[in-house]
Amino acid sequence: MPEGFDVKWAAVVIGAGVGLMAIVGLFMTSWFLSPKRPSEDKGVAYESGIRPGEFRWSQINIRYYIYALLFLIFDVEAVFLFPWTITFLKSSDIVFYEMLVFLGILLFGLAFAWRKGALSWR
Amino acid sequence: MGPNFLDNAFFRNIYCNLSESDDVRCSGGGWLGDGLLPGGFEWLAFLITAILMAAILITLVLNASLVFIWAERRLLGRFQSRIGPNRWGPYGSLTPIADAVKTLFKEDIVPAAADRWVFNAAPVIMMVPSLMVLAVIPWGTGTFLADLNVGILFIIAITSLSTFAIVMAGWGSQNRYAMFGAMRAVALLISYEIPMAISLLGVLMIAGSLSLVSVVEAQNVPFILVQPLGFLVFFIASVAEINRAPFDVAEAESELGSGYHTDYSGMKFGLFINAEFTATILSSAVIVAVFLAGGRGWGFLPSQAWFILKMVPVLFFIVWTRASWPRLRIDQILSLAWKGLIILAFINVAVSAILSFIWPAPSTSELWLMAAINFGVLIVSVFAISSWFGSGPVSTPRMSHDEALPRPRPAGLSAGGDS
Repeated sequence: MPEGFDVKWAAVVIGAGVGLMAIVGLFMTSWFLSPKRPSEDKGVAYESGIRPGEFRWSQINIRYYIYALLFLIFDVEAVFLFPWTITFLKSSDIVFYEMLVFLGILLFGLAFAWRKGALSWR
Repeated sequence: MGPNFLDNAFFRNIYCNLSESDDVRCSGGGWLGDGLLPGGFEWLAFLITAILMAAILITLVLNASLVFIWAERRLLGRFQSRIGPNRWGPYGSLTPIADAVKTLFKEDIVPAAADRWVFNAAPVIMMVPSLMVLAVIPWGTGTFLADLNVGILFIIAITSLSTFAIVMAGWGSQNRYAMFGAMRAVALLISYEIPMAISLLGVLMIAGSLSLVSVVEAQNVPFILVQPLGFLVFFIASVAEINRAPFDVAEAESELGSGYHTDYSGMKFGLFINAEFTATILSSAVIVAVFLAGGRGWGFLPSQAWFILKMVPVLFFIVWTRASWPRLRIDQILSLAWKGLIILAFINVAVSAILSFIWPAPSTSELWLMAAINFGVLIVSVFAISSWFGSGPVSTPRMSHDEALPRPRPAGLSAGGDS
């Protein structure tokens, strides 16, 4: 019997595999049961009855990009915070204050982005 | 250390029937004796038992999502002073089954312009992460596939995969509305992922572990009382992460057709819808495990029954939220996340860090004391943030084409009123 770590992740992979098989089973059932009568009109993208134009993607607001940049910073920070929460009680006090400094710098960054108007939708 | 499911009588019996394991929990053998498989084949016994358990859990969750669809439609009917589905079966309880059968019989249309691989992979990528989360949730004593030591981080990591699925669906459809919906969904999902992750840190400090089983074991006082601010932020962020009202801008049916799954039909559409309801059920399960003491209860019911009983009010509350609030605009949603919830989550982290610095291994009475302090913090900080949100001018984003003509704002338009 493989021990510990391997067993747990193997169980997760087995769970994912069974889930994938359930989905494939649904797809196959639907494939056998559903009609297949393709036509040209069915292949047109549905835009509430209006024929889609030549250029199918429209422009996307630049704001989304700024939020994505901010997300990257804060998500990496969250990844750093997770191990800290578990270990700071077992480590020396300096670890606790160091993380407060780190959080302070990040919150200063958030305040800066806020002040610059990156968080408002103009 | 054998597999985790040896704590559950049913699965222990199956496993011990099959294998010649020397685990102490297998010492009595199973119902049929011991070791139907020859020695050295413990892995096969493990594989069979794990597949059986995963199949049972997945079937139960998929069926629970059907029950939840029915319950939600009935409840929404009541909330809106109408009857709701009542034709097919007693109280309309067979309606979701009729819907599922109809979905199976529908033609699966792929738009001619679509990127076929991306388009077809999207619903699968939407569904599989939800089912992977299921493996680490402790549904009761021993009723889980794996007790990962990074359980909570695993859940946050895996559920964010649905972002990819939504982008793939929007991009692959080559449809304007789908792309709009996908972009909104991405902005929403990534923004709420941060408060969702940070709000859990306070819980982890008290529990001292990332494993969901240890988090449940640490809850001598349910963490909804010890960490009320963390619960509030986590609840709002989970409702947003599963794309439900009032955060359902990604598929706002009155403006975007149906958002990122506008062009899907047949079983692929069904998978998207089912993934949404499965995600709702699983996030309520995570809330129960992390904040409502999981399967812990009094002895007259098994722990699995306690877990499900606790999920019911959480799900009811999610439906109630949907019925009560109108859909928010995308800029309101994002500013709620960045200017409200992240600040609240950071306040929670700071207060919890200081409190667990004072009481490193809290006893039950110290937990109650923490609860009292945290409730004070909750009231003060939520009042401060919400009164700040209500002040200042009403921001109405202008479209780019009328940027050249700045409209004068009416003088009498005061704070807070959403005129």
